[in-house]
Amino acid sequence: MAENTRTILICSGKGGVGKTTLTANLGIALANSGATTAVLDADFGLRNLDLLLGLENRIVYTAQDVLDKNCRLDQALVRHKKEPNLALLPAGDPRMLDWMKPEDMKKISEVLSEKFDFVLVDCPAGVEDGFKNALAACKEAIVVTNPELSAVRDADRVIGILNTSDIEPIQLVINRVRPNMMASQEMLSIEDVQGILSLPLLGIVLEDEQVIISTNRGEPLTLTDGRSPAKKCYLNVSQRLTGKDVPIIDPKNEGKSLKDKFMRLMQTKVF
Amino acid sequence: MTLRDLINKLLGRETASANTARERLQLVLAHDRVDMSSLTTDLLDKMRKEILDVVAKYVEIDFEEVAVSLETEDRMTALVANLPIKRTISGEIKFKKTDKSDKTDKDIKK
Repeated sequence: MAENTRTILICSGKGGVGKTTLTANLGIALANSGATTAVLDADFGLRNLDLLLGLENRIVYTAQDVLDKNCRLDQALVRHKKEPNLALLPAGDPRMLDWMKPEDMKKISEVLSEKFDFVLVDCPAGVEDGFKNALAACKEAIVVTNPELSAVRDADRVIGILNTSDIEPIQLVINRVRPNMMASQEMLSIEDVQGILSLPLLGIVLEDEQVIISTNRGEPLTLTDGRSPAKKCYLNVSQRLTGKDVPIIDPKNEGKSLKDKFMRLMQTKVF
Repeated sequence: MTLRDLINKLLGRETASANTARERLQLVLAHDRVDMSSLTTDLLDKMRKEILDVVAKYVEIDFEEVAVSLETEDRMTALVANLPIKRTISGEIKFKKTDKSDKTDKDIKK
């Protein structure tokens, strides 16, 4: 099992682009498809993954206690009530940043690998020690970015660092896509972002108010019954990650109203 | 040029901001990518060694005075190597030139 476990770093460079939301939704979606999945909060400074999963009240031990041998791994893991295939290993307190070494993270991910098919590591923002620790624990990476200057720039720096490591493959998820703004060319297009970062595109996630609502409730969208644009995208990313041959959601097909059609007409190349 | 751009131009309006974003991003990244610390340390050292090896096949270099650096000016980064030559490899003593001999001035804009 340990050999086949996919340990995936979810990183972005810039903060607030949707790493944690992607980790939570992808974690639920993968678990729901039958794969045992662990999500590891590697953001010790500003941990939030527990909140997004609605598990903040159930944390007893953290990754720190596992490393200090204060508890066994399965005592620290918080299993999700509604999705028993998913477990969270919570981040320790921020002081861990002072002594934590890449080897420590590696140790944690190795222990998790023995029990799970997927280990998703929610990486802290920035390119400093916290990022490098998380990097050491992973075999592949998903870079999350928004179609926006600062996010793409920071993603590029992260990719520069990932390229000097053994991480492979490195795939791209473009988050918070607004089809209407792309159609009116007031937002960098998917092709622009992918072309600039030159990474294989794993998927896109549409901008969606439901993301905020689901965070309020502590229930990732992929766990809910409703239909929402972002949920559809998260499921699409999850399927593509597990090797299913499904096409990436195309924002050009997402706006179905007359206005959207008009916007597309305006995009026609005249010369 | 898209239909939208054409209409904007005819009406004398600004072009769509995505174009501006793309252009600004490309410029800033060209800069970032060569400013990466990995290039200024490890890679630069490796490059320096290889350049010296090649040059040393033909001329004798004053190794004490060798300087290889990256210089950035006006959105262009250049690799500047200053390799003072002592003599040619055949042994003919040249007059010791200590002034600059810019061997390689090549763009490394990736």
